[in-house]
Amino acid sequence: MTSAPPAGSGAVREVPGPAAPPPAPRARRGLRRALVRALPVSPALVLLLLFLAGPIAYCAWIAFTDLQLTGQASASFVGLDNFEAAFRDEAFLNAVWLTLVFTVLSSLIGQNTLGLALASLMRRASKPVRTLTGGVVVTAWVLPEVVAGFLLYAFFRRDGTLNAVLDLLHLPAQNWLYTLPILAVSFANVWRGTAFSMLVYSAALDEIPEEITEAAEVDGAGGWRRTWHITLPMIRRSIGTNLMLNTLQTLSVFGLVWVMTRGGPGNRSQTLPLFMYEQAFQKSMIGYGTAVALLLLVVGSLFSLVYMRLLRTEV
Amino acid sequence: MPAAPSPAVRRAPAPVRRSPASRRTPAARRAARRLAADAGLLAVAAAFVLPLAWVALSSLDARADLRVKLPDGLTLDNYDAVLEPDITFTPLLNSLVLCGGATLLTVVCAALAAYPLSRYRSRLNRPFLLTILFATCLPITAVMVPVYALFVRVDLIDTVHGTVFFFAASQLPFAVWLMKNFMDGVPKELEEAAWTDGASSLQSLLRIVLPLMGPGVAVVTVFSFVMMWGNFFVPFMLLLSPDRMPASVSINDFFGNRGSVVYGQLAAFSVLYSTPVILLYVLIARRLGGGFALGGAVKG
Repeated sequence: MTSAPPAGSGAVREVPGPAAPPPAPRARRGLRRALVRALPVSPALVLLLLFLAGPIAYCAWIAFTDLQLTGQASASFVGLDNFEAAFRDEAFLNAVWLTLVFTVLSSLIGQNTLGLALASLMRRASKPVRTLTGGVVVTAWVLPEVVAGFLLYAFFRRDGTLNAVLDLLHLPAQNWLYTLPILAVSFANVWRGTAFSMLVYSAALDEIPEEITEAAEVDGAGGWRRTWHITLPMIRRSIGTNLMLNTLQTLSVFGLVWVMTRGGPGNRSQTLPLFMYEQAFQKSMIGYGTAVALLLLVVGSLFSLVYMRLLRTEV
Repeated sequence: MPAAPSPAVRRAPAPVRRSPASRRTPAARRAARRLAADAGLLAVAAAFVLPLAWVALSSLDARADLRVKLPDGLTLDNYDAVLEPDITFTPLLNSLVLCGGATLLTVVCAALAAYPLSRYRSRLNRPFLLTILFATCLPITAVMVPVYALFVRVDLIDTVHGTVFFFAASQLPFAVWLMKNFMDGVPKELEEAAWTDGASSLQSLLRIVLPLMGPGVAVVTVFSFVMMWGNFFVPFMLLLSPDRMPASVSINDFFGNRGSVVYGQLAAFSVLYSTPVILLYVLIARRLGGGFALGGAVKG
């Protein structure tokens, strides 16, 4: 990084006015000024182009080749073969289905609903309870992904805490990670991700003017009707934003599932990121794995675009 | 809700819990509602706290297993066993170098990039910001396979600087977005005074804008660092040598390489590894008055 220019330079630019330097064409000077002003963007731009746009472009290319991990010199272009193979591959369709279940259960239903419920309960609860609950839920969110994975692995194991609690309540215990692995990892994702929804909804609920709720109360609207007709419509944009971000985040969960089940038993909790990893590295088919990655990216981009659309109406 | 009648006196000394179903005074009704809300929240908190309690208690328990239970006697043996160079110190140091380096790079690039975006009008601003916002949402997990293939090809695989660059690039869209929003909150008039006094853009960024948006810079820094510190997939893919692995990857060794799992030590290591990010989060949450700034910032 170069040091700051001499202190006088700015003043010189201002004082003599446009007439002093040899008459340069206005347009070119404007362009130069624009370039100088845009200069600080360049480090970020270079990083983004090299390490983010580059891989994405590369992804779009090798998804159409038969590149393998063994390091053969040239991969050949195979057109849509990878994608055709994917849609005939039961393991892929299984992964798509599990990803859908995982996303709907943990993000759309779990994190979103629980987050909203917590946020609205917090508005009425007493301060110590609010602080305590908020602290616990946010801690689960801040914990590193792998640690969260271990904690919930221990929680759901046959001899883990969940079964201990069920025993205590005289309910049937079972080996959750074996019988219902996708449910277990979905709950894990709810545990880990609810804080985000809670924070978003707390901010949104704080913005609802007190008078509106009070007026409805005076008019005799009960709790559920108030929620349905007033609260939810007023925070609908936050709901949209939150659903999008949750879904995008959930689509790319890898470490949590990897630590808890490795996608197993068999492939009964193998969501798309894990399937992609297995194809690319354990089966050495980078081309095929990348085709799956590209599909994931496309789905992510679509959600991204919807999200931006939502923001635009908000701003 | 129990519907036992209670005296209609407003400041009744009786326990607030017993409020009548009909014709409750507003105060009593509010108290009942608060109690219900408290009960609901406590139930959720209890469910959420169980896994956390497991890690905290097991780390102090000589005979820890997978269940939450009070240890027979508190012991620091687990910590003692874990606090070895190749189990704890090296991985944590690796994490620090990786995440610290990448965070520094992210914050510097984001601050520089945010300045023109926030201060000058240009036709390119809007498309650039929209692209940034778009990139914020992309699932980074999906890019990792091609990044690996690319890194093998350009010989960046298993290098710390390669991983740092990728970490920074993956965090940069969000960092630029946040930084620009925070920077918009610093009034432009202050800088205009500096400009007339002959300060360059870089000087006014360093001396005026950044100091004024200290909390904003803190949020971007801590957020980037916390995200990277917890990230498992990126170092898992881009680093190969065990002695370069950060804590997020090396923690898996407790399962694989050392035979039967010593849960107490795993728990102790988890605590050591998680504490820094929790402390950092508390730090910014306090500084911004409640932890709600991130939720608000994400909202745009």
